[in-house]
Amino acid sequence: MPAVGRYFCRQKLKFTLIFLGLVLIYWTASRITEFNLIDGFRAAPRVITWFFTNLIPDTKAWERFPRILDKLIETIFMSVMATVTAAVVSFVFAVMGSRTTRINTAIGGISRVVASINRNIPIAVWAMVFLLAFGQSGFTGFLALFFYTFGFLTRAFIETIDEASSSSVEALRAVGASYPHIITQAVVPSSLPQMISWILYMIETNIRSATLVGLLTGSGIGFMFSIYYKSLQYKSAALVILSLVAVVLTIELISNVLRRLIL
Amino acid sequence: MIVPILTNISVPKAWASADYFNQEVIEMAQLEVKNLTKYYKDVLALTEVNFTVGKGEFVSIIGPSGSGKTTLIRCINRLVDATDGSIHYEGTDLLTLKGSPLRHARAKIGMIFQHYNLVTRLTVIENVLHGRLGYKSNIAGVLGIYSEHEKEKAIEVLSLVGLEKYVYRRCDQLSGGQMQRVGIARALVQDPAIILCDEPISSLDPSSAKIIMDYLRKIQNELGITIIVNLHQVDVAKKYAERILGFNSGRLVFDASPSDLTTDTIHHIYGAEAGELIIN
Repeated sequence: MPAVGRYFCRQKLKFTLIFLGLVLIYWTASRITEFNLIDGFRAAPRVITWFFTNLIPDTKAWERFPRILDKLIETIFMSVMATVTAAVVSFVFAVMGSRTTRINTAIGGISRVVASINRNIPIAVWAMVFLLAFGQSGFTGFLALFFYTFGFLTRAFIETIDEASSSSVEALRAVGASYPHIITQAVVPSSLPQMISWILYMIETNIRSATLVGLLTGSGIGFMFSIYYKSLQYKSAALVILSLVAVVLTIELISNVLRRLIL
Repeated sequence: MIVPILTNISVPKAWASADYFNQEVIEMAQLEVKNLTKYYKDVLALTEVNFTVGKGEFVSIIGPSGSGKTTLIRCINRLVDATDGSIHYEGTDLLTLKGSPLRHARAKIGMIFQHYNLVTRLTVIENVLHGRLGYKSNIAGVLGIYSEHEKEKAIEVLSLVGLEKYVYRRCDQLSGGQMQRVGIARALVQDPAIILCDEPISSLDPSSAKIIMDYLRKIQNELGITIIVNLHQVDVAKKYAERILGFNSGRLVFDASPSDLTTDTIHHIYGAEAGELIIN
């Protein structure tokens, strides 16, 4: 067989082996978890009918709507507050961590590592950690949102600063500007719009996450959902879900408009 | 280079004492670079560079990419820290400065960049006023407080570079040539004695490039500001400069007037093959 033929033969063999390996892993995993894909698909029509019979809010659910709305607003403000607070701290860390504006490599490294740790711990894990420390309260939820957001925004802000302002920072250094001058006159004006865009994105994400965090920490709309769900009042739980979807879509719409205005 | 200049000046006999000459020599050398050497980690960028620049000279630095032109320019205002040697600017050694003395020295040295390095989201006038930050206290600079005199000066330099109609325009709405003129205005508002230009026309089309070079010449002629400009274009350097410094692999290999720049010397600076392309 010529060399080029042997090469393609080897490539095909490699992909066949990878495919067989994946099949084997799937088969083993489904045996262990006793999951059957075909049964899962077969159940789909029943699930959909169940959805439409049980998850349409009834009058009793609508009576509860003011309370749901109350909790919903609480959740929205919690997310906004956690995001904005985190953004302020993130800005400081990003300035310290950015290659363009860091004071020295050691502090730069430390702030990158701190942000990276915070970002890589999932928000649900943060919620569990603070649940153990502070018990079920709104504050616990706030902290979980805060720490994850801080990690994420620091990373996003560092990239924004490096991308948007490195050349003007150089120019201001050449002019004899001091460090505070450089931050306020070059870094902030050139990266602020992009930073606000990231903050808006994070507010959207946090409203979704806050629901999940609320389930664990017993606060906000997530708690509302878990009460209705556990007391088998599916129609009220459904109203919670529907109003959440409406809120998330509205917030996204608003932040898209804001983004267009600032960018 | 000192000797021919002194013979051109008719000096009264009574002044022609040793003292007078010494004084004249000191005044001539506005910028004095001695044994300047720069390593980037292990890579040599500049080696033992020596030259002096007189007040009001138009000096052009040429040489192939990676020959150390940009490093040299950036060593002067300390955007890059030299490994060894000294740079005296109006008597003070720039390489030993730190903190606010360094800021004050930089305030007196203008710089123009290839990519203009403006805060493009801000307006023209705001960018020009950035040139005053070297003279500002932290609080005044952070809050962006500029005196009426500074604002008038900014408008004045903008009309000098023909941008009086664009004062309140955002910089991201300007063309490349206009942005570079904002860069020149920002340098001028510093009230500098010297302006360093790092390939100011490399991102511009030929007609914008000519406009920029003409403004640099005008600045040198009318305001007596020393111009040091890195150029990729040998013909432009020959046309505008009074003196050319040629670099190759971090070494200063040519230092004379443009008329001395012959085919041989261009080959020497750029290497034989590249040199032929440049001349043809």
